[in-house]
Amino acid sequence: MVAVAARTSRVTGRRFRSVTLGVLGLFGFAVALEVAPRIGVVPIDFAPPTSQILVALGEQFGESSFWTALLQTLRTWAIGLAIAMVAGIVIGVLLGSLPIVRAATATTIEFLRPIPSVALIPLVIVLYGPTVKSTLVLVVYAAFWQMLIQVVHGVADVDPVARDTALAFRLSPWARVRYVVWPTALPYVITGFRLAASVALILTITGELVIGSPGIGKEIDNAQQSNAVRTVYALIVVTGILGVLANLLTRLVERKVLSWHPSTRAEEVTVA
Amino acid sequence: MLEVKNLHKVYDGHGRRVTAVGDLTFSVPEGQFACVVGPSGCGKTTLLRVMAGLLPATSGEVRVQDTPVTAPPPGLAVVFQEYGRSLFPWLRVRENVELPLKAQGMARAERRELATEALAAVGLADAHSAYPWQLSGGMQQRVAIARAIAYQPRVLLMDEPFAAVDAQTRADLEDLVRSVWKQFGVTLLFVTHDIDEAVYLGQRVIVLSASPTTVAQDLTIDLPAERDQLTTRADPRFTELRGQVYARIQKVKAPASEGAPA
Ligand SMILES: Nc1ncnc2c1ncn2[C@@H]1O[C@H](COP(=O)(O)OP(=O)(O)OP(=O)(O)O)[C@@H](O)[C@H]1O
Ligand SMILES: [Mg+2]
Repeated sequence: MVAVAARTSRVTGRRFRSVTLGVLGLFGFAVALEVAPRIGVVPIDFAPPTSQILVALGEQFGESSFWTALLQTLRTWAIGLAIAMVAGIVIGVLLGSLPIVRAATATTIEFLRPIPSVALIPLVIVLYGPTVKSTLVLVVYAAFWQMLIQVVHGVADVDPVARDTALAFRLSPWARVRYVVWPTALPYVITGFRLAASVALILTITGELVIGSPGIGKEIDNAQQSNAVRTVYALIVVTGILGVLANLLTRLVERKVLSWHPSTRAEEVTVA
Repeated sequence: MLEVKNLHKVYDGHGRRVTAVGDLTFSVPEGQFACVVGPSGCGKTTLLRVMAGLLPATSGEVRVQDTPVTAPPPGLAVVFQEYGRSLFPWLRVRENVELPLKAQGMARAERRELATEALAAVGLADAHSAYPWQLSGGMQQRVAIARAIAYQPRVLLMDEPFAAVDAQTRADLEDLVRSVWKQFGVTLLFVTHDIDEAVYLGQRVIVLSASPTTVAQDLTIDLPAERDQLTTRADPRFTELRGQVYARIQKVKAPASEGAPA
């Protein structure tokens, strides 16, 4: 019990220290960006100091157009991510469970996967114009591969003894996927989700910025057109915050659904 | 009822051809407790995997309950040596035991009852809601045994199930397996490399030769049905049988170690 308590407090202690250091680092970064333009290291017209960016950010929070744009971005991001997740999981489990199909598709996948999503921009503009649909295609394309690769690896990670056990007890193919393959692949799925979420965010903003579908990206473009440099930076900060929030959310889900997994077990020891 | 007829198994792949089982023929009548011993690498695990329908034979035939095995047969349960990997770490003990029943579509109340009964039979009545990795090795192996019992098999196969537990736990588990066999009346094929264990447990010991594997000796163990770690192992008849099996194994091992310095 003593050892457990010590471990728990060491874990929280370590986490506390890393959070403190992280906040300090961020603060230092903000100070550097405040000072650099003021002493003329960078031109103040193109790189406004932190304080001015924060003021511009506050102004944005007061505008309803900002909130509309934010919701549109979140919506595109979430829909794209959801489609990529479902497609990645279904196709990944199929590929992982059927070696013949995997062998037949491996080359095609190796060919398609490195194509940068942005290379599809001209194509989607011709197809759908400056719409959310266009941006969604980019988002799904980029996020899908992240998901697929992880799921295929996860499915391949099923322990041979666990597989034999399931076969010997005559579990149906569906029961094997549900009770053996899926739990094994889950840690990979979550990693895939984390990677896919950040890629999807990047492409949501890129799509809005380049194609002009509604959202934060388009607001950035508008602000730039009207020379509102501080607003541009304020909106960039917003995209950064979105990325951080997505990451935190993933970790929360991870700790909840993977409580049995060796990577999260240590913190659950208090139960025993 | 288990029948093995002229079983032959060759592993062929990755540029290596290994004859794992030469020519194996024996049968285990309904309700018998048979132990299989043999030198390491003689194909015991291979034999078990073919019987369980997890591996196709190269030639020959295996029958379980008078049906040729082509896929995992119904009414047959396996307890694997690697208990840690055979239990699912994402399921609690009770869920692990219930899973094969749930997959069969058995009603909740019924499978709960079977699981409770099986866990009580292996002395784990209070571990239902633990995860397997919270248990000791011996307890984990007992969960695997409980899962096999709850499945209500007619035939139970065990592959060196106690190779990785300490001597005391091992003795306890041996007595557990004997009581389970008596209580549930299954046909039991128990693979081990431990001669003492084989003689102590079985009604019969099948000694396999080194590769190419054949049955080197088929010995009836005529010890009393009531067995006990102390008195049975001190029985002169036990020592005699044990000596016979030991001598036989030394003999079948000899060709493999020919020329090697003693
Ligand atoms: N998947 C495989 N592919 C190729 N060869 C294999 C495979 N599995 C086992 N073998 C070979 O078959 C032979 C018998 O192996 P097996 O595991 O059945 O022996 P065993 O009697 O169970 O040994 P042990 O007592 O050490 O567990 C060995 O020579 C082994 O190298
Ligand atoms: Mg073996």
